[in-house]
Amino acid sequence: MRRHLKILEFALSSLWRRRFKNLAIVVVYAFVIAVLASILLMTDALRSEAVEILVGAPDLVVQRVAAGRHDLIPTDYATEIRALPGVGEVRPRYWGYYFDAFTESNLTFVGIDDEPPYELELLEGRLPSGPYECAVGEGVARVRATGVGHELTLISHDGLGVIFDVVGEFQSSSSILTNDLVVFRNADLAELFGFPEGRAVDLSVEVFNDAEVSTVAAKVKRIFPDTRPITRSEILRTYDAVFSWRSGMLLAVFAGALAAFCILAWDKATGISAEERREIGVLKALGWSTGDVLELKFWEGTAISLTAFLLGLIAALVHVVLLGASLLAPVIRGWSVLFPEFRFTPAISVYQLFVLGFLTVVPYVASTVAPSWKAAVTDPEEVMR
Amino acid sequence: MTTPRHRLFLLLTAVEIAVVAGLVTRARGLAADSTVSLVPAKRAIAARLGLTDLAIWTEARYTRHPSQTDLFSPFQDFPSSFEHFPAGSVVGVPDLTGFRRPAATSED
Repeated sequence: MRRHLKILEFALSSLWRRRFKNLAIVVVYAFVIAVLASILLMTDALRSEAVEILVGAPDLVVQRVAAGRHDLIPTDYATEIRALPGVGEVRPRYWGYYFDAFTESNLTFVGIDDEPPYELELLEGRLPSGPYECAVGEGVARVRATGVGHELTLISHDGLGVIFDVVGEFQSSSSILTNDLVVFRNADLAELFGFPEGRAVDLSVEVFNDAEVSTVAAKVKRIFPDTRPITRSEILRTYDAVFSWRSGMLLAVFAGALAAFCILAWDKATGISAEERREIGVLKALGWSTGDVLELKFWEGTAISLTAFLLGLIAALVHVVLLGASLLAPVIRGWSVLFPEFRFTPAISVYQLFVLGFLTVVPYVASTVAPSWKAAVTDPEEVMR
Repeated sequence: MTTPRHRLFLLLTAVEIAVVAGLVTRARGLAADSTVSLVPAKRAIAARLGLTDLAIWTEARYTRHPSQTDLFSPFQDFPSSFEHFPAGSVVGVPDLTGFRRPAATSED
């Protein structure tokens, strides 16, 4: 043990002699780890939140597809679907998009049926229960400077202004779901958008037994070949894919960081400097065995990579857990005018951290030790020359 | 007498591990605490309003509702058109493996 500590002490002294170069390596290495870990933690937090929240989504959504595109569905489809065994309520859903010219933002309008409850935990006020009432998301309230007790003026499908009383405002903590929402009664929304009588946007189907959802979906597809049933498990799977670290720009950032790390490791692996070779030669001449020299290089690599890994991990955890990934959020924001404020609660697994550590620390240590081995087994005289 | 460097290194490593453990514990505590993550309350909103998607990207239909979008939404103006919105390159490709075949060939 004492011998190992002495070699560690020597390794640290050796690193200290080239402290500016090694400090630069630690900073770059830690930055790369911080970027990689931030992306992994952020996508994991978003994915787990999406999956946990959207468990509340409808068991089955039935869309109608016409000419290859989503089209309004006849509400009488609901009667036949309701008659299928294992199916409970079938409700027509009314929803759509609205470009708000005042704020140049896209809002999402959602209709609800006239049944209680009208109160929700994250809703200040209540949901609309009477004509010309609405509830708004926090983002809508902010850009339209409205709120409970105020009004919201919208333009209907026929170009007329319609005034709604705002009776509820969703709290900002729910903005990942409700930021751009305006909730109306189904009848009001149908009138605002001018949906033809007997048509809805899609149907939400309740299936009593989760195991039967895909069977019901197949039956619906067989009865109504012009429909596209979307099960809740497909919705959850979509979010699993959407927030994968392999997706889009996140992959670009991830790949960039990984490439930077590979260059760093490659630079170490492709050879050691003449000064380092001479140092190894001197150590061998002084009586160090090849094993001792390799242990020295092992400790040098470990000291740098472990320090950089832990510093990078701390930076990533602070960035994602305490700062809500404020540096990465603009990257994923795109052109959305209404963008929810992220509050990440990542469920970090120790396994995840070990994998990240294994994939970054081990290659670096290996690329430090490997080239030294060649110098260590060569005759010291030849090495020093 | 100066402190040996290896002690300083081991102390620094121990402090870093303690900070990581503290942050991980805090994050896991927050995730498990329903009064902070508010998952049941958000799930209740999704259930009451029948929501299928998160309100993150509002720029286009296929980014606002990735799970409800039709199959060729990214090319909705013309085939092979360039991506209109930056978020289109952030949002991953939806998993379409469950998309059903015509009823005649369906094995579901």
